[in-house]
Amino acid sequence: MTSTTTNIARAEAPRRFRWADAGPFLALALVVLIGVVMNSSFMTGTNIANVVTRSAFIAIIAVGATFVISSGCLDLSVGSMMAFVTGIMILTMNRLEPSLGANAIFAGALVGLVVGALCGLANGLIVTLGKIEPFIATLGTMGIFRALITWMSDGGSIPIDRALRDPYRPVYFGNVLGVPLPVVITLIVVLAGAFLLYRTKYGRRCMAAGSNSEVARFSGVSVARVRTLAFVIQGLCVAIAAICYIPRLGAATPTTGQLWELQVITAVVIGGTLLRGGKARIWGTVAGALILEVIANLMVLSNMVSEYLVAAVQGVIIILAMLAHRFIR
Amino acid sequence: MTIITRRALGALTAASLVALTATGALAQDKKIIAVSIPAATHGWTGGVVYHAEQAEKEIEAAFPNIDVIVKTSPSAEAQVSALEDLSAAQKLDALVILPFTSEELTGPVQTVKEGGTFIAVVDRGLTDPAIQDLYVAGDNIAVGANTAKWLAEKLGNEGKIVVLRGIPTVIDDERIQGFTDVIKGTNIEILDIQYANWNQDEAFTLMQDYLAKYPQIDAVWANDDDMLLGVLEAVKQSGRTEIKYALGGNGMKDVIEMVMAGDPVTPISTPYPPSMIKSAIYMTAAQFSGQAPMRGSFKLDAPLITPENAEQFYFPDSPF
Repeated sequence: MTSTTTNIARAEAPRRFRWADAGPFLALALVVLIGVVMNSSFMTGTNIANVVTRSAFIAIIAVGATFVISSGCLDLSVGSMMAFVTGIMILTMNRLEPSLGANAIFAGALVGLVVGALCGLANGLIVTLGKIEPFIATLGTMGIFRALITWMSDGGSIPIDRALRDPYRPVYFGNVLGVPLPVVITLIVVLAGAFLLYRTKYGRRCMAAGSNSEVARFSGVSVARVRTLAFVIQGLCVAIAAICYIPRLGAATPTTGQLWELQVITAVVIGGTLLRGGKARIWGTVAGALILEVIANLMVLSNMVSEYLVAAVQGVIIILAMLAHRFIR
Repeated sequence: MTIITRRALGALTAASLVALTATGALAQDKKIIAVSIPAATHGWTGGVVYHAEQAEKEIEAAFPNIDVIVKTSPSAEAQVSALEDLSAAQKLDALVILPFTSEELTGPVQTVKEGGTFIAVVDRGLTDPAIQDLYVAGDNIAVGANTAKWLAEKLGNEGKIVVLRGIPTVIDDERIQGFTDVIKGTNIEILDIQYANWNQDEAFTLMQDYLAKYPQIDAVWANDDDMLLGVLEAVKQSGRTEIKYALGGNGMKDVIEMVMAGDPVTPISTPYPPSMIKSAIYMTAAQFSGQAPMRGSFKLDAPLITPENAEQFYFPDSPF
């Protein structure tokens, strides 16, 4: 029974060394090169640091999405979930601040991780136990999370307590040996994700469930359990992104994380993960997130594109990147 | 037994009939004002919902013969359906509406009007102004122009500035037009104008990019206070000190607090108050209760909010 899954894994393994798999990284290199040629301020240390740090949120959430998508599902609720978790965390921190002081940040972060995991679990159970198409199920929870954050904030914003702003600020603005902290956190999440996906039984089962759920089921893989766990991982990633996000602006609003789900899915697919499941590229996902952020940065830095057409140019670049991918293969 | 039950039933029906007609008569004595507004999806509309609900409570307490019904809708289509539901359920004496879009809502509001309803339009005008009995709006051109005049004076008509604009709509266009028309008459150079969709996050990102792109920026104008908060965070992180002024608009309470505190970078704001919905509801109530004539157009000014008058524009309990 297990031989089927190991066979799939073995058949996949050598492919990782094909140069076609370097596609997302070549695309990233190309976009960066264009940036260097087009604008002198692109390559400055501050700009690069800004862009890489900014892409951390999408990258972290997209690591979770890589699991969900490669196991054959889809999660549209991540943007709203992120706003909801952010709101819960800020409210918890503000509530605990009088008794715990700055330690309220840790307590709040812990609560955030638990809430994120529970949100993911809810998504997973609706999809697997409820046997509802992931697209529809998470479209539903997307509306629920978005409405909850709007309700919690009365349509305004939920700001973090002033006393917590300064101790919390370094989580987004600080650095370790010159590397911005959100980037360090992203690296840890990506390494953990890569280990789980490429080196453990769970990762192989994820691929099996995504490439052919019937075959996987006959091979003794509990597809429902694998997929539910993928949603929980997604929820945890959303919570980690929320932990890095709060110190940036210090508030949650009904527009927090709006449309991030589409950016996340785009990053995952540009990175070489198949949207229909069965093949995952964690590092490609990171490259995808960086490509999106660099393109947006270049649109502002260059004066070539009218402000009305920025979104159109971004769309064209994404489609071109995907086409290049197809032809290289 | 059966006779008794039948009689009892008969008596019951008679009683309920009397009760029904009584409530019917009561309802006819009451004037119904329906309020149709967008749902609270961001700060400003959150403020609209808050002030509409406050007005409902205050007016119903002050005038027992007026019943105010507030309905929020998340989209233009939903607002059209809400109008149909509202006018189908009861006879509306007045409708106070903040339309999502001008074009889509004009027809449906016209239909309500044909039933003999007093129409008060707020903020976004309908394409046919003949439909409205009362029009209450802020002055978006003045929001841009007054900010520009203040800025031009403070900068001595010299300098380099960047602008962040909102979501492509008439409101955004008018603010930008009011601002750029004034700046054209000066030596101030607008380095860049880009969309940040009235979103704090996008404003933060865009400001970071502006800072990377331009080595010298004398002032920033974000045409909404929500975006201004993102801008200020990006400026703080960059450690750049040459930026003398970062201004917003709309009168968000967090920014009014900064103005009250005499912040050197953000010493002013301009109001485009969501409480204008309240002005419209009060005026409509006056039309019915005090028989004070309220037909016509009412344009709220956008005077500068300064440390001296900030108190008048500050609503600490409002979400905006």
